[in-house]
Amino acid sequence: MARAVSTRRKIALTAAAWAVGLAIFFPVFWTILTSFKTEVSAVATPPEFLGADWTLQNYADVWARSDYPRFFWNSVVISVGSTLLGLAVAIPAAWSMAFVPGKRTKDLLMWMLSTKMMPAAGVLIPMYLLFQWTGLFDTHIGLILALMLMNLPIIVWMLYTYFKEIPSEILEAARMDGASLRNEIIHVLTPMAVPGIASTLLLNVILAWNESFWTITLTTVNAAPLSTFIASFSAPQGLFYAKLSAASTMAIAPILILGWFSQKQLVRGLTFGAVK
Amino acid sequence: MSTQSTRAAARLMVAPSVILLFIWMIVPLVMTVYFSFRLYRLLTPDRTGWAGFNNYSWFFHSPDFWIAIVNTLLLVGGVLIITVVLGILIALLIDQPIWGQGPLRILVISPFFVMPPVAASIWENLFMHPQNGLLAAVSQGLGYDPILYLESYPMASVIFITSWEWLPFATLILLTALQSMSSEQLEAAEMDGASALSRFRYLLLPHLSRAITVVILIQTIFLLGIFGEIFTTTQGGPGNASTTLPYMIYKQALIAKDIGRAAAGGMIAVILANIVAVFLVRGMGKNLDA
Repeated sequence: MARAVSTRRKIALTAAAWAVGLAIFFPVFWTILTSFKTEVSAVATPPEFLGADWTLQNYADVWARSDYPRFFWNSVVISVGSTLLGLAVAIPAAWSMAFVPGKRTKDLLMWMLSTKMMPAAGVLIPMYLLFQWTGLFDTHIGLILALMLMNLPIIVWMLYTYFKEIPSEILEAARMDGASLRNEIIHVLTPMAVPGIASTLLLNVILAWNESFWTITLTTVNAAPLSTFIASFSAPQGLFYAKLSAASTMAIAPILILGWFSQKQLVRGLTFGAVK
Repeated sequence: MSTQSTRAAARLMVAPSVILLFIWMIVPLVMTVYFSFRLYRLLTPDRTGWAGFNNYSWFFHSPDFWIAIVNTLLLVGGVLIITVVLGILIALLIDQPIWGQGPLRILVISPFFVMPPVAASIWENLFMHPQNGLLAAVSQGLGYDPILYLESYPMASVIFITSWEWLPFATLILLTALQSMSSEQLEAAEMDGASALSRFRYLLLPHLSRAITVVILIQTIFLLGIFGEIFTTTQGGPGNASTTLPYMIYKQALIAKDIGRAAAGGMIAVILANIVAVFLVRGMGKNLDA
């Protein structure tokens, strides 16, 4: 809103807005801060801010645990894997729905949206049983499949809204210039589609990394990612506050950073394109 | 543009997604329905057979179930109200002429990217803990005994944690919508003497109604399934004070290992979700046509 505003008013508004923002961010900040304190310092009363004992030992200790790197790796495999698999299935679908829309395309999209509304708890039993029977329980592949199915509607919708923005005149122009279908796709459409695909990939890695229902219920030891680790070790037995903070910071840092760069994608993806 | 061959190719390209989602929907749903009418417990797998509506009636006669339903609705409703109201206010604030809007946005949206178990763990251990938590230190500094948040007010604590997580989402959506509002209209109204309050009521709020509708719809879908936060902090307790329907189903499935009951619970969850969806779409559908 470009209005001439008195500097005093601007200062007041800025102060108020930043106060709110810092308050909202404070828990994250406090966790990161605590992760660099010694255990003694972390539980000191009154709480220590600048005068605490600082150390990097917590990170070393957590990472040196036999299982933390494995949990971290599982998170990476599951979130990236399910996103790539989802993209592989969704790109052709969104492509054809955007460029070769049929009569039923809108209905199809709405139906896909409705599958997302199914509560996960409603299909817990069959998923649990099927996973046990097929040996997919507590495996990477199993989790990749489960999360891919959970997020497929979002992936398809997001790609669809991006592809729809690519003007089809470009296609026709290329065709009139004699380009074959293959050339058309590779040299004209793909470069224009890459940003949309990248945005969708980003958002879905974030969503899959943070998923906690299936990752907790369908894993025990082998494929359990960070969500399971933190959930099970939250009441610290064996992990104390500074180390818990370090473990938490490492668990959320990648996604926090990715998330900061993907605000626009978040809005588009999670509102199924309704708000852009 | 679409010839016969391109249309056939198009259908082929859509097929995998549709087939996958169809199977994902139908197979588990059919299985859930089937098992909901069976007696099947993993701990006594030989005792099996037809259970009729026994599993369902167990739920309806169990006081825990009604507590879970109430808690689920409290959770969804509570978080919705908090996030939408605060979201509008914060979005309005951020949209003002202020310095550092970019970094401020980053601060405000951060809680959304913290995974639910970590968010819950942070609040449980670093803030709400009666000995070591920051809130306890504040209470003691003010001369009061620390409040046992998760024990005395479990549901309220869960609602609070979940609201903290979802406030950024609402704020971001509403802020995006706000920033698409033309400033000329607002300036003209201001010059015509409209007060800030009536500018808000008659110009901003209607413009935001579509975004608010989207926020409510999307958040409801996700809030009905909140699980990680409860699992990490209270495990539905003390007793069943903070058990929601998804958590109750989880307990039946993976702890009691009663497949039949958990399946019945799952069906009830699906029906509840549909009821809520009908209410929402009917109540808010008109806002979406804009």
